[in-house]
Amino acid sequence: MEQQIPSFLLRNDLSVLLDLLVADGYQLHGPQVQDGAITYASITALSDLPVGYQDQQKPGHYQLESEHNTRFFHWANGPQALKPLLYPAREVLWQAKRNASGSIQFIVPEQAIEKVAVIGVKACDLAALKLQDQHFLQGEYVDPGYQARREGLLLVAVNCSYAASTCFCVSTGDGPSAESGFDLALTELDEGFLVVADSEKGARFLTRLPLQDATAQQLDEASQQHETVTAMQTRRLEPIAVGQLNDAREHPQWQDIADRCLACGNCTMVCPTCFCHHQNDELVMKGDESQHIREWDSCFGESHGQLAGFQVRDTVKARYQQWMIHKLDSWQEQYGRSGCTGCGRCMSWCPAEIDFVAEANIIGGSDE
Amino acid sequence: MNKLAQSNFQAPLSATVEAFIQESPSIFTLRLQLCDSAARDEYSFMPGQFNMLYLFGIGEVPISIVSDPADSTLIDHTIRVVGRVTEGLAKLKVGDEVGIRGPFGRGWPLALARDKDLLIVTGGLGCAPVVAAINFALNRRAHYENIHIVQGVKHSDDLIWREQYDRWNRMNGVEVLLAADAAGPAWPFHTGQITELLDQVSLADDNCLVLICGPEGMMKAAAEKLIDDGISPFSIYVSLERNMQCAVGHCGHCQMGPDFLCKDGPVFVYPDVRHRLMQEGI
Repeated sequence: MEQQIPSFLLRNDLSVLLDLLVADGYQLHGPQVQDGAITYASITALSDLPVGYQDQQKPGHYQLESEHNTRFFHWANGPQALKPLLYPAREVLWQAKRNASGSIQFIVPEQAIEKVAVIGVKACDLAALKLQDQHFLQGEYVDPGYQARREGLLLVAVNCSYAASTCFCVSTGDGPSAESGFDLALTELDEGFLVVADSEKGARFLTRLPLQDATAQQLDEASQQHETVTAMQTRRLEPIAVGQLNDAREHPQWQDIADRCLACGNCTMVCPTCFCHHQNDELVMKGDESQHIREWDSCFGESHGQLAGFQVRDTVKARYQQWMIHKLDSWQEQYGRSGCTGCGRCMSWCPAEIDFVAEANIIGGSDE
Repeated sequence: MNKLAQSNFQAPLSATVEAFIQESPSIFTLRLQLCDSAARDEYSFMPGQFNMLYLFGIGEVPISIVSDPADSTLIDHTIRVVGRVTEGLAKLKVGDEVGIRGPFGRGWPLALARDKDLLIVTGGLGCAPVVAAINFALNRRAHYENIHIVQGVKHSDDLIWREQYDRWNRMNGVEVLLAADAAGPAWPFHTGQITELLDQVSLADDNCLVLICGPEGMMKAAAEKLIDDGISPFSIYVSLERNMQCAVGHCGHCQMGPDFLCKDGPVFVYPDVRHRLMQEGI
């Protein structure tokens, strides 16, 4: 869908959009401050949004500060965005019931489509969503749960006006502004928002909003803001060719990282594109019913590469290689691009302060 | 892709144990039949493909199908006891029920072996994925030229299906060569590496297909030896193994480089995986 010239929505009229979405049957999800971080959860009103907050991030560090501005979205990101909504950390895949005669019946839970609108999605997370769509929907097998949740999703993106020191979406080509894959996109200015639609669904809401024509000054301000936030990103992931990191498995830096890495798996949990999960059975106490569960898993765990009598990756070095080589190198062969969208979460939430970008640049040879 | 696997990939279909065959103290074969007659009619597979077998309340394991696809109503799985699920499966009795998801993966390209010499190299205990290919080829003997079966075991006591090897060896145009890294006193076959046996095989170098299954080091050694002897790497296929849980390329455990072994494999043409075999941590 061709994007039109943005229209202007007054700051407090964002609540009109929320009301329209609710009237249309959508549950609202959006950013809010929870446990000292910006988290996406259920919201009911504009007052739930993190007004005036800003995040200071660097490897091993995340700190929210109140900036006393009136912006809703003048922050970079928090530990999670869309992934837990579409691909829950824990999910029942099926239920097995055994009757007295020993017959087993398998029951797959119904996947009802629930309408969920997410307000304030960042460009890096939209790019990550496209990658999760490729993984769960566009291969040989379609994941029914993901598909149902995806169909009910409406995305209101927000172009970034602020970058944390961990942000590097400019170098991965995924931000700081949302270019596609959303229903509506907002550019936040001090007095309100420039709004565009990128889907029929989004356009239907656009026509019902109290919009004004955007002034030349507002359009100019928006493009200035884009330039400013682009320039704010000093962190840069240098391009990596297919096979480049895999061919560098002997690089001494891997062991240097492994000596610092705790193999805790935090990076994989906060990564918006990581898809690994394990499947387990949980038998109910009576013994006649069992739940087959899938839960997020990490390539840093011991069981990830374990098979009968053989451990594929028995060192932290081998596991770190799996994580980084897969994400930046072999992912390109799987999905046609790198699996990294530049959100920087793997660094902020790393308790060992490992700088993923700096390490990749060293191993890739662009920062000897 | 198999239509049934597509529709039932998410949850298993129930199946009954029709026969339980003890092959050795730790290896057994489960003959399973799907309970639902429509599913039974629709089920089909190729040698080298696998099913996820579900033991109630415990979990699933990937197991190769060893029986002939001509009869897809009785599906044989030869299983070695190695963990929680296989220990439980070993205790099943005729009439018990389990779950089946499948079949999954790409099997052996036996159609490419038509009118060619077929060399099947296997190491380890029985190596079920190639037994399926051997049975398939022997049941269609006229489709192939000479068939060579080369089997290696760690210790001569590990060899199962000895009678079966004897029977195959007596068939016209079928040669069976056995080797044990370490042998007991009454071992009449080769003692040493499987690669040493490959010198004894006389193969039509430019008209053959080679299928290899076993530990990665053995597959690599055998394939490289054959390539040195003049066989095209593109005539060599290997079956690889990794942790498989979802079987549909979603859970990520079976990744090897860019491939998800469960759906892109487990069988690969050798040049596609040559550089990866025995690479640490891949």
